[in-house]
Amino acid sequence: MPASQNKIIVVENLVKKFGNFIANDHLSFDVSKGEIFGFLGANGAGKTTAMKILCGLSHPTSGKVTVAGYDIYTQTEKIKRSIGYMSQKFSLYEDLTVYENFRFYGGIYGLSRSEIHSQTEILLSQLDLSDYKNRVIKTLPLGWKQKLAFSVAIIHKPAIVFLDEPTGGVDPITRRQFWDLIYKNAYQGLTVFITTHYMDEAEYCNRLSIMVDGKIKALDTPAALKNRFGCATMQEVFLELARN
Amino acid sequence: MIQISNIEKRFGEVTALNKVSLSVPRGELFGLIGPDGAGKTTLFRIISSLMIPDAGEAKVAGLDVVKDYVAIRRLVGYMPGRFSLYQDLSVLENLSFFASIFKTTIDENYDLIRDIYVQIEPFKHRPAGKLSGGMKQKLALCCALVHKPELLILDEPTTGVDAVSRIEFWDILRRLKDLGITIIVSTPYMDEASLCERIALIQEGRLMSIDTPEVVAGSFPHSLFAVKTNNFFLLLNHLREWKEALSAYSFGEYVHFTPGTEQITERAICDFLKEKGHTEIQVNKTKPTVEDSFMSLMLKKQNQNAS
Repeated sequence: MPASQNKIIVVENLVKKFGNFIANDHLSFDVSKGEIFGFLGANGAGKTTAMKILCGLSHPTSGKVTVAGYDIYTQTEKIKRSIGYMSQKFSLYEDLTVYENFRFYGGIYGLSRSEIHSQTEILLSQLDLSDYKNRVIKTLPLGWKQKLAFSVAIIHKPAIVFLDEPTGGVDPITRRQFWDLIYKNAYQGLTVFITTHYMDEAEYCNRLSIMVDGKIKALDTPAALKNRFGCATMQEVFLELARN
Repeated sequence: MIQISNIEKRFGEVTALNKVSLSVPRGELFGLIGPDGAGKTTLFRIISSLMIPDAGEAKVAGLDVVKDYVAIRRLVGYMPGRFSLYQDLSVLENLSFFASIFKTTIDENYDLIRDIYVQIEPFKHRPAGKLSGGMKQKLALCCALVHKPELLILDEPTTGVDAVSRIEFWDILRRLKDLGITIIVSTPYMDEASLCERIALIQEGRLMSIDTPEVVAGSFPHSLFAVKTNNFFLLLNHLREWKEALSAYSFGEYVHFTPGTEQITERAICDFLKEKGHTEIQVNKTKPTVEDSFMSLMLKKQNQNAS
C-alpha cells in the first residue's frame, strides 16, 4: 500500500482570510490513520479556524484539503459522516438520560434502531457504565460525562474524532482515565485530532503541531521537538516557540 | 485577612462545602486547587458575601460576611470564572462603570492597573464582547482592581488560557502581591500550585490539605519512581497489573509508579519490565509533585468511602 493511502487528513497550503486578517497562513500537514495528533497553539493562533475547516463547517480561502479521502470544498456532507466531534463546552443534553443521548446522536447520523442499541451496549460496557443507561446526564459526575461525551462522538464509528480541549477542569485521575480511553480507541484504528492546554498531555500525542500567529511553527514527535529545541519538557518547547 | 471556620453549604442533596476551615493572612498569595465541582466557586462566593453559608462563620478583615456585607464589598475585588462584564460596552466604558460604582475614577488608582491596562488600551473603544480571551481576562482583572481592593478573589482566571498567557497572568499576580494586596485564586491546573505561597487542595467540598506547595508535595506518603521504556502504553498497563503496584499514572513522557511496599527497588522494577519485554528502560526515584499528592489524597478518600 502506498504511504499516501495511509494519510487520513491531508492539508496543503491551507489559507483562510477574514478580510485582511490571515487566520491560517499556508498550513501544510498530514495525519495518519490511527495517529493521535496534537494540535497546539496559543489562544488566537488559528486552531479553531483550521479545525472548523477540517470538520467541513467552513471553507478555506485557498489550498487543498482532504479529510477521510473526501474533498473539503465539494464533499463536506461525506466528511461530516466520517468524523466525530467533542468539545468541553457542549457535549451532552443534560436533561436527557444516557441512552436518550446515544439514541439522539445515533439518529442524527442515520444509524438504525438496532445499530444504536448495539453500539450503546458496546460503548457503555467499555466505560463500565452499563448500569447507568437510564440515568439523567445532569445527575452524573463531570468525569463520567466527559467519557460519555467521547463515546457519543464515536457512536457512528467515525474514522476521525476531533477533541477540542476535552479534559479542561477535570480532576487529575479522571484526566488520565480519559487518555486511557483515547489510547484504547486509537489502538483500534481511530484517528484522534486533539487540542489541549495541558502541556503534559502534549507528551502523550504521537505527533504535535504548534501554531503561532496562523502558521505552523513546528511539527514532529514530542521527543524530536524537545531534542531540536534543547528542552526537557513540551511546556518549555511551547513557551520557546509561542513567545518569539 | 480571611478567617473561615466550619463553613457548610448544601444545594438540595449536594453538599458543596463540608465543614471548611481556612485562614489566609494579609498579603498572602493563596491558591485553591481542585477540579470542577469541588466547591471552589461556592467558597469564593461566600467569602465575597455573594452567598450565605448554611452553617459556620466567615470573616474578611474582621468583618462578618453575612452582617457586614456592605463594608466587605468595598474591600473586595472579585473576578468571577465566567466573563461577567458588559459585552456591549467598550473597554473604557466597562472600566469607568466599575470605577464609578465604587465612587472612584480610573485616574485615582491608575498606578495599580497601569501595567495591565496598557496592554488593552489599544482596544479601549472596542466592545468587551469582541475581545479575545486573553484580553477579556485582562479587562476583567482591571475592573476588579479599579477600586483598589485589599483582597482580590480570582475564580479560575487561567482556565482555557494558553500556557504563555498563563505565565504572564501569574507574573501580574506576583506584582500585585508585592503591592500588598491579598490574593486568593483558584485553578484546576496543578502546575500553577507551585506559584502560590500556600495552597489548599479541595475535592468534593472538603479541604484535603493546606500548606506550602513544597510541604503538600512532600507529604506524598510513598516512594515514587519515574519510569520510561520503549513502549509507553504497554508500560502503563504492565505496571498497573503488577502485584507490587499501588498506582501508576502518566506524567508527561514518564509513568509515575508507586509500589505497594517500600522493599521494591529500582532494580526490581527494572527486572520486572525486562521480563515483560521492555527495552530502553529508565527507572529513577523522583520527587513527588502537588499533582502526585492530590491523586494520592483522592485515592485515600475513595478507599475510606468504600470501606
